[in-house]
Amino acid sequence: MTAPAQSGPAAPVLEAVDLHVEIPLPMGQLKAVRGVSLSVGAGEAVGLVGESGCGKSITLRALLGLLPVPARVTGGALLLDGVDVLGMAERRRQRALTDAISMVFQDSLTALNPVMRVGDQIAEVPRRRLGMSKAEAHARAVDLMDQVGIPEPEQRYRAYPHQLSGGMRQRICIAIAMSTEPRVILADEPTTALDVTIQAQVLAVIDKLRVERELGLVLVSHDLAVVSQTCSRIYVMYAGRVVEAGQSLPLLTRSEHPYTDALLRSVPDPDATVERLASIPGQPPMLVDVPPGCAFAPRCTFARDVCTADPNPPELEPVSVGGSHTTACVRHQDIDLASGAVSAFVAEKEA
Amino acid sequence: MQYALYVVRRLLTLVPVLLGITFVVFLLLKLIPGDPAVTLLGVHATPASVAELHRQMGLDKPLYQQYLSFLGHALQGNLGVSYQYRGVSVSSLVFGNLAPTLWLIVVGMFFAIVITVPLAMISANKPGSATDGAVRAIPLIGIGLPSFWVGVMLILLLGLKVKILPVSGFGDGFTGHVQHIILPALTIALAQLPILIRSLRASMLEVLVSDYIVTAKAKGLSRSRVMFGHALRNAGVASVTVLGVNLAYLIGSTVAVEKVFALNGVGFEMYNAILGRDLPVVQAITLIFAVLVVMVNLLTDLAHAALDPRVRLG
Amino acid sequence: MTTLPAPLPTFDASTIRKRSGERNITLYAGLTLFALIVLAAVFAPLLTSADPLQQNLLQARLAPGSPGHLLGTDDLGRDVLSRILYGARVDLRVGVLAVVTPLVIGSILGLLCGWWGRWFDTIVMRLVDIVVAFPFYVLVIALVFALGQGTKSIYIAISAVGWVAYCRIVRGQVLVAKEQEYALAARASGLPTWRILLRHLLPNVILQAIVYAMSDIVLSILAIVTLSYLGLGVAPPSPEWGSMIAEGQNSLLTQWYLATIPGLCVVVVGLALALIADGLVNQFNKR
Repeated sequence: MTAPAQSGPAAPVLEAVDLHVEIPLPMGQLKAVRGVSLSVGAGEAVGLVGESGCGKSITLRALLGLLPVPARVTGGALLLDGVDVLGMAERRRQRALTDAISMVFQDSLTALNPVMRVGDQIAEVPRRRLGMSKAEAHARAVDLMDQVGIPEPEQRYRAYPHQLSGGMRQRICIAIAMSTEPRVILADEPTTALDVTIQAQVLAVIDKLRVERELGLVLVSHDLAVVSQTCSRIYVMYAGRVVEAGQSLPLLTRSEHPYTDALLRSVPDPDATVERLASIPGQPPMLVDVPPGCAFAPRCTFARDVCTADPNPPELEPVSVGGSHTTACVRHQDIDLASGAVSAFVAEKEA
Repeated sequence: MQYALYVVRRLLTLVPVLLGITFVVFLLLKLIPGDPAVTLLGVHATPASVAELHRQMGLDKPLYQQYLSFLGHALQGNLGVSYQYRGVSVSSLVFGNLAPTLWLIVVGMFFAIVITVPLAMISANKPGSATDGAVRAIPLIGIGLPSFWVGVMLILLLGLKVKILPVSGFGDGFTGHVQHIILPALTIALAQLPILIRSLRASMLEVLVSDYIVTAKAKGLSRSRVMFGHALRNAGVASVTVLGVNLAYLIGSTVAVEKVFALNGVGFEMYNAILGRDLPVVQAITLIFAVLVVMVNLLTDLAHAALDPRVRLG
Repeated sequence: MTTLPAPLPTFDASTIRKRSGERNITLYAGLTLFALIVLAAVFAPLLTSADPLQQNLLQARLAPGSPGHLLGTDDLGRDVLSRILYGARVDLRVGVLAVVTPLVIGSILGLLCGWWGRWFDTIVMRLVDIVVAFPFYVLVIALVFALGQGTKSIYIAISAVGWVAYCRIVRGQVLVAKEQEYALAARASGLPTWRILLRHLLPNVILQAIVYAMSDIVLSILAIVTLSYLGLGVAPPSPEWGSMIAEGQNSLLTQWYLATIPGLCVVVVGLALALIADGLVNQFNKR
């Protein structure tokens, strides 16, 4: 068993322990998630970062209990308030998860029903699950729209999704997520499709709600800037596993895994003058034939034989005794990864 | 406001098509070998009488003038006089028999929808299951199903072997009409099933993998609410167009189906007119059918625009 | 207009998914079934010694399974099995041949419309709109009525109405293919237009038309069967499935099989062609 994931001060609301998800494909079983453990507590914001295809979106869907059809959970536990929901019958599990967790998607246009008015989509849960009357549900929807910062909510109620701007639509999605009165919000790249100025606004809305209602937030992004601003803890994923986890500041300023370091270096620093943009050479592995040992080894400048000697993927180990910062790099003590390129983040965080 | 403009634009595009239809129908009759005047006069056909009849019928004028007068008469509702039934105007024949055909079309479509929706939804709900396999087999078998033969089989099974429904005519009074229309409408509906089921099932499958369905499920809504309130609503909008196209085909099949059941509608009139070589009636009914199809297509487009806010509101 | 080509469904692969590498059962099943049907029709004289036109009032109204008459006899004592087999010849022949002309004409027009466009395209598309405005059967019936009964009229009528679907399909494919790289590359390399059309676009573009042709054959067979039922098709006493159904309807209560069997034959032919078409689509989706 892996060491349990580090959690916030109180017991976590939602916790995944050694989760495995597989997707059957014509060419074999795709191991999309290979033993991921993470947790989020009330009022806590954790980030989940990694390249496209590292399994972060699938992990979120698994947390919600709504994996796309061929995918299945093949191992591990999913704890809601300490109770493993994977042991429950499907109906009960769905109920428990959808009651407690909501999700906000990347593409707000496809996440909304195109032929239904946005207000009605927000009012749907109050009406159908919370037992409110039509008028009550309508009022609740307007109130939620107001809380997410939509001006003139009464008029906007009757709009259809395609009539609204991206930022406005994403606020609607957030309002819908709030309508179930959840305790955890999963946000899958909520701002990636938006303009930079709107991004900040939408993130601010999510953060405000988190604080006000003591919601747990799992924020998935490939954008380190976004995650560093919002989250107190970060999990870095690669090839279906968490390769580094810990408090944001130490992880970003003194990363202990070459992949995290490479990610940080690949973010352009507007102040520095560089000839070329740094990128990570190579491609993430196809997870049908899982490579032995550390999956990042083929692309890692620090890789040695020890990295792939053991066929099992390396486990997360604390960086310092008893600390909450963990890394899956078996050579972390031998490598010095202090990277100057991190300065951009640190400056913003301390501002 | 935008919707009104859309309607107007669509109506304008109809005009050339309608003109084209009338021209084609007009030409149709010119194809017939032989001289209609000679046929009409029969034994009394002498060069003089034929020439006189030509003059009376306007057949001595150039083609375009004949077309224009044909068009003019048609617009005024004058579609000529029947050859078969002396002195009876074609329009009274046609419009007098419109009711059973309209009943047939409406009730037939109703049956088709009522049968298709549950089958398509059950099938899309559990793709790959035995039920889904059975539903998917329907288009394969149904494609070769002659609609009139389905009618004959229905007569055999439900009218003769088990005498529960009448097998011919239109009946009297509202109840009579309803009773008599059931088998013909069912025939029409069954003939439409293959394409309608296939289309709705495909739409549903496409819709069910959309993100907004995940959103709906994440809201914790009941399965039926997700299927009906979200999935079907979207899949249905996409299928309306197919419904409309099929309606056109359905209208054409009324000729054979009405013959099977001796249902005295416009289709049956067409059949009788063909048997009796009644040219004006054949011509008129062809025209009516075409106009009906154009109207149906228009209504379909408008309905689709009305149902899909992305089209309606731009 | 937002209308689709023709009333019959175009086959879509979403109904049957096959893993690549699996044998295409659908295609094989369809081809086998169709081959059996064709063989039965072609070798009719070997399969039955009875003359489909031979009346024998003493042997009238025999049930299926009677000695010497596997499927029984009709009102006039004619052997049903032989009438079915010889009727198959007529229906299959007309069904298949009736598709050839519309396929060729429609495809050529579609090719020209799509590649060349301009006023030619506008005119042809207007024509398409007008033809499509008529319900299929009504126009075919009216044309056959005008031209006189018989298979020649049927060919002409179906051609006049059927070219539209192919024109639309091919035109659509050409428009898409025009944008694709190999067309642009070919043009850039200076090949003459007709060469480009023939070599590069045609194979891709014709594929969809052929798949559609499968369902169109069914449509043609349905048309001739319906026309014969209405008395407009093949003249009696020639055996033909549609007229057999019409005759059989008169004795429905006593000899239900007379009207049922020919219809089932049409369904089976439809099934075979549907399997072939679905199979073809799967075959080419695997690429």
